[in-house]
Amino acid sequence: MVTITINGKAVQANEGEMLLAAIRRQGIDTPALCHHDAIEPCGSCRLCMVEITKKEWEGWTRSVTSCLYPVEPGLIVSTHTPQLLELRKTILELYLARSSQSEVIQKMAEDYGITHSSFPVIPDGDDCIMCYACTRICEELGCFAISAVDRGHDKKVSGPLRQPPPDCIGCLSCAHICPTGFIKWQDLDSTRTIWERQFELLSCRTCGKRTITRDFAEYLMKKRNLPAAYFELCDDCKRTETAKTMGKIVVAAQEVLK
Amino acid sequence: MRITSAEHLTQLQKEYQKEAAKFPRKILVCLGPGCLAAGSDRIYDAFLNHIAQRNIKGITVEAVKKTGCHGLCTQGPLVTIEPDGLFYTRIQAKGVPEIIEKTLEKNEVITKLLYSTPGKSQKIEKWADIPFYSHQMRIGLRNVGQIDPENIKDYVAVGGYQALAKALTMTPEQVISEVKTSGLRGRGGAGFPTGKKWETCRKVDSDIRYVICNGDEGDPGAFMDRCIMEGDPHSVLEGMIICAHAVGSISGYIYVREEYPLAILNLQKAIEAAREFGLLGKNILGSGLNFDIKISRGGGAFVCGESSALMRSVAGEVGEPRAKYIRSVIKGLHDKPTVLNNVESFATVPVIINEGGKKFASIGTPRSTGTKAFSLAGKINNTGLIEVPMGISLREIIFDIGGGIPDGRKFKAVQTGGPSGGCLPESKLDLPVDFDSLTEAGSMMGSGGMIIMDDRTCMVDVAKYFLGFLVEESCGKCVPCREGLYQLHALCVRITEGKGEPGDLELMEKLSKYIQLGSLCGLGQSGPNPFMSTLEHFREEYEAHINHKKCPAGVCRALIKYEIIDACTGCLACIPVCPVGAITGEKKKKHFINQAICDQCGSCYAVCQFDAIEVK
Ligand SMILES: Cc1cc2nc3c(=O)[nH]c(=O)nc-3n(C[C@H](O)[C@H](O)[C@H](O)COP(=O)(O)O)c2cc1C
Ligand code: FES
Repeated sequence: MVTITINGKAVQANEGEMLLAAIRRQGIDTPALCHHDAIEPCGSCRLCMVEITKKEWEGWTRSVTSCLYPVEPGLIVSTHTPQLLELRKTILELYLARSSQSEVIQKMAEDYGITHSSFPVIPDGDDCIMCYACTRICEELGCFAISAVDRGHDKKVSGPLRQPPPDCIGCLSCAHICPTGFIKWQDLDSTRTIWERQFELLSCRTCGKRTITRDFAEYLMKKRNLPAAYFELCDDCKRTETAKTMGKIVVAAQEVLK
Repeated sequence: MRITSAEHLTQLQKEYQKEAAKFPRKILVCLGPGCLAAGSDRIYDAFLNHIAQRNIKGITVEAVKKTGCHGLCTQGPLVTIEPDGLFYTRIQAKGVPEIIEKTLEKNEVITKLLYSTPGKSQKIEKWADIPFYSHQMRIGLRNVGQIDPENIKDYVAVGGYQALAKALTMTPEQVISEVKTSGLRGRGGAGFPTGKKWETCRKVDSDIRYVICNGDEGDPGAFMDRCIMEGDPHSVLEGMIICAHAVGSISGYIYVREEYPLAILNLQKAIEAAREFGLLGKNILGSGLNFDIKISRGGGAFVCGESSALMRSVAGEVGEPRAKYIRSVIKGLHDKPTVLNNVESFATVPVIINEGGKKFASIGTPRSTGTKAFSLAGKINNTGLIEVPMGISLREIIFDIGGGIPDGRKFKAVQTGGPSGGCLPESKLDLPVDFDSLTEAGSMMGSGGMIIMDDRTCMVDVAKYFLGFLVEESCGKCVPCREGLYQLHALCVRITEGKGEPGDLELMEKLSKYIQLGSLCGLGQSGPNPFMSTLEHFREEYEAHINHKKCPAGVCRALIKYEIIDACTGCLACIPVCPVGAITGEKKKKHFINQAICDQCGSCYAVCQFDAIEVK
């Protein structure tokens, strides 16, 4: 544990953890769109930027992304200077021009007192804010199915060469982590559709409910060394099954104890 | 053959010098980018063929050398005849027999091939007397245009690898100290002190350290690094090997863009020759130093020149910048301490070691020592490659060396520092060219591209062009850079289309401030410069576009009108060139432009010989 100063208050933080975690632990609301605890930080949204300085820097300050800056002893951090507030407003206006229909963005902008963007709305804009959360979780899983292709303003998340991703296993991690709900999928009967690809859904042996895709099950069997039988039941039935087994054990134990 | 010691190297140098002395007359054919595009390879072949066919005393094919860029690219294809120093311009392959006959056989000077000063019809025989060359000072480019880059013997003969031999007798600390004394600052843009970078790298505790040469050169129009890699690749290798000794590295990379095939080829040949000579590989010059270099090819994205993006690209990942709060000298390629220097920086190092850091530091200004290479492009008489001492004024570069503005036009601005650099107006012409002065004036040194603009240039249009480049070249990862530059560009477009609104400039200024503050890498942080610097120095031009819907320079199509005035002689020349058929007229009668059809392409304006078309 080391001592750092956040907005004038001396607080304890773990050396090496990222500043954002230490700031949020103090209950200070620092916005971030590309940050998620499940994935490595990447610093693309720039909303979590804070101003840092140290005593020995003699008044010199620096603006850094708190999701990527590790805690060092003696850091003096300001999270809401007028300049930072203006920066966040500008970023939110830029987001609003690109993703004008996104409720998440609208809500966040409203919190900063912004109802419309000063910038021209981008005609072919969409709700993808290019935060890389989906590509990072896909990477984390070891699939590398989707990535950000091309560069500049045309950058877009997709499979290689803007084609449906052949390595996708239909696990939906990307869709669940997407902060704006832009990644759409659909389950219809035994077919799941995502990224313009279709996957076969397995169903529960007992209740018939759809579980996960066959590709995902095969991926887990290989990666986690799970037996095929593991995927025969849905989570609910698995729980019932476990409860039943537990019940039997308890009864048996009581018998023994008698 | 392996060179086993410093003495062995010196012995070889003497041998190669003697060999060269057998051919006192040398014909140096420029195969630099400019001359090559003008067909200088055919001229080289023509010299070889004609000399082989004839039997001229003292002249054999060995005397003909292909070299890197001579510098004065506009006048190409160029040939220099040494030791006379005779300088021929605009040569054609069919003119080669005449050169052989008259100049080589009879020692006659062919006047029509001589350089003539812009405007004045003064002819100059020797390259050293041409103002373009006489104001220069060459360190990084010392051998470019002088030697055959494909032949290691040429490099050794002019003293190549002697600095390495000397450095190997020094301790790494002594080498670093010499580089620190020289005051050398990185030539790739940021101007970070090279010696300090090497010292930091050496001090990091690590099993492996890397040395990387940055040959990405993504600035449109810049070609200094290309000319060094193509024209004197061994100087880059020598600098890198010296660095390897200084920081304790066994492995190096040169990152070159795929668009530079000749640079890749010549570097590859140089690396192979250096390995054969025992200058790369194990136990270099018998000193015990082990070091080898690989070439890493880049896809040619501008952003790949940024250090963290470059290192990811070398490692085989996507060339995107990474937010880094740990510098790459400490944690760079494969998370190991890495020295990244620019091509010109490395090429300069051997001279510092040979002549001493003090001597280098005595050139230039106290805080920007030595010389710097620049490429001159745009509206300037002598476009080409130059090297000058730091601290020289922009005026000297543009008017003395560059020969001023062509077609009797007026100088308007010079853009320095590459796409994210800035534009400086006439009032800044006496500014000394050094890292700090340029930054203070709102531009930057960058890697050394200079684009000169005349009074027919619209500065809003210029800002739009560079912002457009940056929007495309941004890696697209962070929001201020990706969306912010896009909006800044869109607002610029709007202004040039006559749709600018009051308040646009203030909005753009504010946006610029936060793009600079919020962007992840140097591209975004300096991205608004083209707008900010043109706004600072040419605000009235922006205001004319927005408030009066006028483009004072007559460039922005939506804001101009072409009209034929009484000076028209009725020559009919403009009628067929108009792509939309807007011009009507009869011979010897004043022509007429139908404004309803005209789309302001400017074709008529360009073709009119009588200044009879006006932009309004
Ligand atoms: C967007 C961007 C592009 C860059 N491109 C180049 C380049 O093409 N060549 C280069 O040498 N440095 C380039 N740099 C600078 C490098 O990041 C780095 O500072 C330099 O290679 C270090 O070498 P030096 O100290 O010898 O200049 C670029 C920087 C940025 C931010
Ligand atoms: S690409 Fe570097 S700041 Fe965005």
